[in-house]
Amino acid sequence: MIFDSVKRRLFQDKAVRTILLGAASTSILVVVLIFLFLGKEAASLISEPGLSALWDSRWIPVSFQEQRFGLLPLITGSVLVTLLATVFMIPFGVVSAIYLSEIASKPEREILKPFIEILAGIPSVIIGFFGLVILGPLIKSIFGLSTGLNALTGALLLAFMAIPTVISISEDALRNVPLSYKEASLALGASNIQTIWRVIVPAGLPGIIAAIMLGMGRVIGETMVVLMVTGNAAMVTLNPLDSVRTMTATIAAEMGEVAFGSDHYAALFWVGIVLLLVTFGLNLIAQRVLRKYQMVS
Amino acid sequence: MRLSKNKHVALWDSLIRWSMRITAYTIVLAVGYILLDIVVKGVGSISWEFLTDYPRKGGTEGGILPAIMGTIYLTAGSIIVALPLGMASAIYLSEYATQERFTRMIRLAIVTLAGVPSIVFGLFGLGLFVLFFNFGTSILAGSLTLAFMILPTIIVSSEEALRAVPKALREGSLALGATRWQTISRNVLPYALPGMFTGSILGIGRAAGETAPILLTVAAFYLPVLPSSVFDQVMALPYHLYILATQHPDTTKVLPLQYGTALVLLVLVTAFNLVAILLRMRFRKKYKW
Repeated sequence: MIFDSVKRRLFQDKAVRTILLGAASTSILVVVLIFLFLGKEAASLISEPGLSALWDSRWIPVSFQEQRFGLLPLITGSVLVTLLATVFMIPFGVVSAIYLSEIASKPEREILKPFIEILAGIPSVIIGFFGLVILGPLIKSIFGLSTGLNALTGALLLAFMAIPTVISISEDALRNVPLSYKEASLALGASNIQTIWRVIVPAGLPGIIAAIMLGMGRVIGETMVVLMVTGNAAMVTLNPLDSVRTMTATIAAEMGEVAFGSDHYAALFWVGIVLLLVTFGLNLIAQRVLRKYQMVS
Repeated sequence: MRLSKNKHVALWDSLIRWSMRITAYTIVLAVGYILLDIVVKGVGSISWEFLTDYPRKGGTEGGILPAIMGTIYLTAGSIIVALPLGMASAIYLSEYATQERFTRMIRLAIVTLAGVPSIVFGLFGLGLFVLFFNFGTSILAGSLTLAFMILPTIIVSSEEALRAVPKALREGSLALGATRWQTISRNVLPYALPGMFTGSILGIGRAAGETAPILLTVAAFYLPVLPSSVFDQVMALPYHLYILATQHPDTTKVLPLQYGTALVLLVLVTAFNLVAILLRMRFRKKYKW
């Protein structure tokens, strides 16, 4: 009798473990399915007109003469916006993280942190809307442009959105710097600020770099803000005051009107694949760095 | 000599300290400015009619009821899928998994999912749910897409909550002869659940505010009716705001409606986040290990 109940319980235990393992495995399944279905929908372009069509400096998906599916203007658009955003993101994100983890007093942290958490939660479409009605017109009047919808406006907003990511990961990295480093530096007579910038920050640098990379991953994958405020002109340019069209905005803007199964449709999935690979790569390297320097458990 | 050098260092230090402080508070100012702008300009558009009426004339008049309901349906749908799945994954990872190859693969998959751009989730949902499973552009397809998008957030925060429960509680139960599942269900979950829910709320807030995936899988441009089944399209707040702000021929004329919609969305999402932040503070005080 007793053995029966033990047996039953052990069986139950095994069954639960299997169910939980199954649940945990769905993440793997979803990643595989994402690659599979992006590939499936994109596949038709390989035979006709061929992948070389994607290597072109013009993206003219709807045309009566000759369609062009060159990804280059979209990629440069994304790269330009991302690099610009990174330039703004690094000082604000990293400096704030250092301030929060090393200088801010406890009550100060309790004011600053909720604001940053709320920022992390603001929907991107609201940030985009703000850019459209407030920041865009401001940029327009500052630079005397005909439109404020350009790469710079987009980059400023994207940097702003990525700041919470950069702050939280950089803060973790800084907190994991052994206390003895700090103590040794202070004991040698260095000031607080000297200790922070010459000892703690260099020691936490790999984690900070990983934080910046993850922030860049967020920026390059963000859709609504760039769709609303970068002007959506697909051209190859490196001028921050030009209108650009990013990869994400292209998918969002054109997928609604495209015929399923057409070349244009497949090309949009190729844009998605490029995006996926870029963010996957950034993530992978960042995780490697974090793991190598033991900044995540 | 020495003293003056120390003075120099001290001056330099406080200069750096203040510029760092200003940098950090600039972010607070910017967040405050955005919130204030939307609240101040949006509050005038909020009325009982705006919240409970159907839109008229292509969304230029009337209310936003279908968009509010659409967002609620989509969010609820994604919770139903993502919450059990995410919590179960977290329990496995925290309580059962060892450092074997397969566990590392699961963790890599979760990190990868967390980094996949939302528009790519949209493409995935379009390919798998809308077309392959033939759900069409529907609440079902949209909810499933959103569910997988917020899954990593739920897993990571739930696992954190589980790990915060002290080992001694498990060891005590196991030493008394309880099986692993008995230990988890009676000695670990009761203490971890509040934290697990709290973390999950943050993911849910994200599902409510996300636009790009539903663009491709559910959202209707203008559909002034409520859905009758999960295979129907719906309007949604974020998409409605996007449409009002960009696709309308005379966007300045509907500016009050845009601000009103933005405010409703902001309140909805921020309410989720605030609840999560407050709950977390409370539980931190309640359980001190």
